[in-house]
Amino acid sequence: MKPEIDQAPPPATLTVDARGLRCPLPVIRLAQAAGDRAPGTVIALWATDPAARADVPAWCRMRGHDLLDVSESGDDGGVHTAYTVRLGEPAR
Amino acid sequence: MHPVARDTLMAAVDAGWADPRRLYAEGRTARRLLDQAVEVLAAGLRVRPSELSFAPSGPAAVRLAVDGALHAGRRRGSRLVATAVEHSAVLAPGRHRAAQVGDERLFAEVPVDGTGRVDLAALAEAVGVAGTAAAAVQHANGEVGTLQPLGLAHGVCRAAGIPLIVDAQASLGRVGSPASYDVLAGDAQSWGGPGGLGVLAVPERTRWSLPGPAGEPGLGRSGHTPWVPLALAAAEAWQQAEATREEEERQARALVDLVRAAAAAVPDVEVVGHPTDRLPHIVTFSALYVDGEALVHEFDRRGFAIASGSACTASTLEPSHVLAAMGALTHGNVRITLPLASVSPRRALDVERFCAALPEVVLDVRAQLGAEHL
Repeated sequence: MKPEIDQAPPPATLTVDARGLRCPLPVIRLAQAAGDRAPGTVIALWATDPAARADVPAWCRMRGHDLLDVSESGDDGGVHTAYTVRLGEPAR
Repeated sequence: MHPVARDTLMAAVDAGWADPRRLYAEGRTARRLLDQAVEVLAAGLRVRPSELSFAPSGPAAVRLAVDGALHAGRRRGSRLVATAVEHSAVLAPGRHRAAQVGDERLFAEVPVDGTGRVDLAALAEAVGVAGTAAAAVQHANGEVGTLQPLGLAHGVCRAAGIPLIVDAQASLGRVGSPASYDVLAGDAQSWGGPGGLGVLAVPERTRWSLPGPAGEPGLGRSGHTPWVPLALAAAEAWQQAEATREEEERQARALVDLVRAAAAAVPDVEVVGHPTDRLPHIVTFSALYVDGEALVHEFDRRGFAIASGSACTASTLEPSHVLAAMGALTHGNVRITLPLASVSPRRALDVERFCAALPEVVLDVRAQLGAEHL
């Protein structure tokens, strides 16, 4: 369910399912998945924790990654937020 | 609470217990004491005694300030504009009012920048919308300490003919009292006074009136008559705080700078709030990959009472709206509110101990989550 005017984010190379986990675990799972992957890798994070709404953008800012898309998704497991992140150049 | 104010409170329980509206001797004594307290507090806020009122708490004073401004401005409309980092005493009723009417335009939240300062252009645009009755901009934020550019914000509101409500709950007595406002609300606890007493300054030029029937004539424009010992203790605390404020402010700022430097030196810890335009006694930082609740417990175990804006430490499981509005990390958050030196004479030592413990605590809690090398 994305607004029509937005371009769909590029397909993710991998998806991290952090539904049901509370802060700071979704961001830790995301960082673990990012690991040493090449810049440009696209990762999708699924989370239900309300704090992720602030913390995923803050993590991207601190680590130099791009947050491409944030959208609500629903399936049989309930509603979650899907964050699409493109990794930037390693800062360290 | 300031120790001298505590003594005043105890003495006033005997001397000023009576209802100041009664005409018997004890009532007249209570009235005289209350008038003295009003005079001290009004002078401190640079208003006339008749312009000062009380409320049952700081948040209650803020709510009264908003209600009175909206009611007096009801011919213009009922829209309230507020910064996204206002106290919940502004945000919660504002959102509730809009939701009840089913019109989200009745409450507008103005964004802030990464340091927590209001976006003045967005404020100007928001107060320019037809139907706006009042705007609320805090003096300083109680979570991150950032001071708002009130002079400029007041100018923006004046240009639009909109009264500015200023919540000074975090700042009164800690820095100079604000002068740019149309209605001012505060909490006696911020200057070392007792809990359970809010103050409200409504200058005579301000159009402000509460909805509903007029109650028994009370004190000032809110009509709330406080318990006299509380008002006396607040006035005593004000005088004590005012007499030492500059030195207190300088010392607190130096101690907070130590904490800021110690926090910033730990890898992946961000100090939050404006670096210079801030309250002297509040410091906040967020540690990446760290559990805020674990930090609170770990510091508590070592004898430090810290607060946190992290979701896991809130009963609602929602993170601090202030940190979120600033784009700051909300997990692993620590907030320290430095007590006045007169209230906590050992605070410099405590800060030194805290700074020494800080890196180890953060790294330990991070390692517990297996996140030390991320």
